[in-house]
Parts: sequence; C-alpha cells; structure tokens
Amino acid sequence: MTEYHSIHSLLDLCKEQEKQVWEVVQQADMEESGATEKQVFEKMRFMYKAMQQADKDYEADLKSQSGMVGGDGEKMRQFNASGKNLCSEYSGLAMEKALKMGESNACMKRIVAAPTAGSCGVIPAVLLSYEESKNTEEDELVKALFVASGIGKVVAENASIAGAFGGCQAEIGTASAMAAGALAYLQGADNEQIMQAATFALKNMLGLACDPVGGLVEVPCVKRNVAGVVNAISSAQLALAGITSVITPDDTIDSMRRIGNDLPSCLKETSKGGLAVTESARKIMERFKAPQI
Amino acid sequence: MNIFDVIGPVMVGPSSSHTAGAVRIGFVARQLLGEEVREAKILLYGSFLATGKGHGTDKALVAGLLGMKPDDYRIPSSIDIAEDKGMKLSFGEAVLKEAHPNTAQLYLKGVSGKTLELIGQSLGGGRINIAEIDGIETNFSGENPTLIVHNLDQPGHVSEVTSMLAHKSVNIATMQLYRSAKGGKAVMVVECDQEVPKEGIRWLERAEGVLKVTYLGKEEEK
Repeated sequence: MTEYHSIHSLLDLCKEQEKQVWEVVQQADMEESGATEKQVFEKMRFMYKAMQQADKDYEADLKSQSGMVGGDGEKMRQFNASGKNLCSEYSGLAMEKALKMGESNACMKRIVAAPTAGSCGVIPAVLLSYEESKNTEEDELVKALFVASGIGKVVAENASIAGAFGGCQAEIGTASAMAAGALAYLQGADNEQIMQAATFALKNMLGLACDPVGGLVEVPCVKRNVAGVVNAISSAQLALAGITSVITPDDTIDSMRRIGNDLPSCLKETSKGGLAVTESARKIMERFKAPQI
Repeated sequence: MNIFDVIGPVMVGPSSSHTAGAVRIGFVARQLLGEEVREAKILLYGSFLATGKGHGTDKALVAGLLGMKPDDYRIPSSIDIAEDKGMKLSFGEAVLKEAHPNTAQLYLKGVSGKTLELIGQSLGGGRINIAEIDGIETNFSGENPTLIVHNLDQPGHVSEVTSMLAHKSVNIATMQLYRSAKGGKAVMVVECDQEVPKEGIRWLERAEGVLKVTYLGKEEEK
C-alpha cells in the first residue's frame, strides 16, 4: 500500500520503491482512486492546461468590483519588457505571472485553486514561466505538479491550507512550499533536496497574518502571491546549493499548525485586525459600500 | 486529503467559499426545484452579505440557479443572462438568528409555478450544506443522490420510501427525519449511493399523504 501522511514517510517510500517523489505521489493517488496511471497523469495535465489557459486569459484592463485590484500584471510585463528587470528573466516573468493570476482571480476569471483561490498565482507562475523561459517538456511540468501536490497534501493533513484556520501561512505559505519543491525538482534536485526546498519556503512564511481588506481576496493577497513566488525561487536555490534546514520538514509543518492555533482570530480571515483595520482600508471600504445586496 | 483537492478545483474566482460555494448552493436549489427558475428572491446573511458584492456572491448564486457549475466562464455575466431569459430577480438581507456566517436564503418559483424555499450554507473550499427546505431543518451536502420527501407526519411514510428504494436496489447512505410539529408536516432527507429511478420518484409523488418530492441526482451535476 502506497500511503504517506508525512514528508518523512513520503521520502521513505521513495527510498523503498527506488522512485522519485512524483512517482510515489501518483502511485498513491492511483491506489486511492482506483484510476489507471494514465488517467491520473492526464487529470493532472488537465490542471496544468487550465493554469495555462488562465494565464492566457488575463485581461490588462479588468478591475475587481472594489476597484482595489487590476492592471498590475500588465505594468510588470511592460517593466520586464523595458530591459530594466532587476532579477533574472525567469524570476521577472514569474513575478508578472503571479500578479496576473491573482488579479484574474479577483476579477472573477477562471483559475485553478492551488491550494486555494487566494494563493492561486504562486504555483502556475513558477511552472508556466519555467516552461516558457527554459523550453521544458510539458510532461516534466505535470510531474512537478505531482511533487507540489504531495507536499500540499502533507501540509493540509498536518497543519492547514485554509486562511480561516491557519492564517496566510496556510495559503501563500503552503503554495510557496509546494512551488519550491516543484521548482527544485525541475532543476534536477534529488528527493531530499526537494523537501528541503519546501521546508525553507514554509519556514520563511510561518506566522503570516490573513488580514484581507474588506474580507476580499484582493489586498494583500494578490501582491503576496509575488512574495510566495520569490520565496519559492530562493528556497529552491538554497536547497540546490546543498544547504539543509536545521529543523526537519515535518517539524516545520508541525510548528505551522501550532502557530496557526496560536494566532488570534482577528488575523485569521475575519478582517478584524492587521491591514484590514487600518485607516487606508477603512477609507476604501467606505467608498465601496455594497448598495444593491 | 486528495491531491486534487490541493491542486484544484478549476473555478471562477475570487473565493472558494463566497463564489464557488455560492454557485453550488444555487445549482442544488435549481435541481431541487426540478424545473427552470422564473422568479428568485435571494437574501444574504453574515459574511455573504458583508463581502458578497466584492466576491460576486450574487452573480454566483444566480449562475447556479441557471444550472451553471463553479468553473463556468459565464458566471460574471449570469445576472444579464438571467434577465435575458426573463428570470425575475430580487436581492436583500436575510434576517436569521445565529446562522452560519456564509448563508443564503432563496425563495424560488419555477416555470410551472412550483415553489421552493431553501437555506444554504457555504462551508469553505466550495463545500456546502443545505440547512433548511421549505421552513424545515435539513442537513445534506448535495454531493450524493439525495431524495427529499415532504409528507404529512403520519405512520407508514418512511417504510413507503425505504421499500421503494429497496425495490429499486438503491442503498441508503444516510437518512434524516424532521417535522414541524407532531402530526404536522414532515421532511425525509435520504442520501443514496445510487441514482433513484424516475419511476420510483413518480410513484412516491402519487402516494397518499406525500405533499412533495424533490430529487437531486448526481449525474445532472457531472
């Protein structure tokens, strides 16, 4: 039986069966769902294709209902095109795509929750930009999605992927860890290094507040997707350099759960604390009073 | 936890609870009504009311009433589509005591004049609970084939329903009984493992003491 509920047991399975992380994650899903290898792989490809489509469907002139969000992905695209990009071409592109996806979500376009709608920009940004700038075969990116989902499953089971339960560490934090592992895989990391990358990413986001203005998936969510991307890239690079985390992956996830429990409810998607109760937020929300509902 | 709950679902944004879940509530309500919606009064409560506009909760509910799924591209323009179809819509605030923060109360009238009153809750991650039908408490997710029988509170109706299901080889997953008062109106909510055949539902509709039968099939949703 291929079953894992911790990073440790996932890595043990990889060792026992002499397989890569993505293969074990795929195998476990086959056994659970009763589907064939091909069916499971194609289902994941469908998710990847939906991410590609969502990226293509970005509209630069769309604004969210509240007016707080829209157009920044296009600004980033123009900046990247101007040659003034501060970071690598890959990182610049990934930041642009994260903004676009987050904005598309806020503007009621079709996206893939990964793991949530609020954090839907991180994983596609890291993968789609990789495919575009490094000429990678699509199958490799689908495999990277299996890596990401295996990491996300363990976090969901042992901590949380809902901002209402764990704060933003559960959403952007988890997305960033999933993306870091996927990116490390694409760059040829071994199984251990993949999990180190995920661990760095998660550690860097522990304790993050979920304090959206007006309760809307807009501020700070959209721009925080960019932070999740950059964090994933730096975490993958740390792991690829052979650097290891002092705290084990499972201990990190464990502390994420404890921090989530310790966070006051005003910082867990209630909009009763943090950025949501600032003067700037109050002014915006006053202008945006919902009249017709 | 399934890996496709971590990567997925494909949905129209911005929120799995306020948008995707709201589409599901509308969709289940439309299925339970059993015919196209002509008139809908949509009342919102709690966080649905406070942040519903920014999350497109109103559009999402209407999209569901039109039979759309959470990944339908047309969700943002659902209200225009409903108006083109001649669906009469009104929105307001639901006055409820201590309800779930993401609650919608729907009053529906179908093309043949059939009515349905429903309270739906969005629990997060796109999952929902139908908490009330026609004023009587219920508790089901709409993820399984669900048979809902409104009847007079008198002996024999439970056995009529279970015998019919046994006869049609339908296995019962869960069964709940509710009533407004002793001898008053009662509701049976039966979640099944298999689809309930149409002739079984028609037979029930004709049974004495049965006021109304609504059915939520699984296939219609896929």
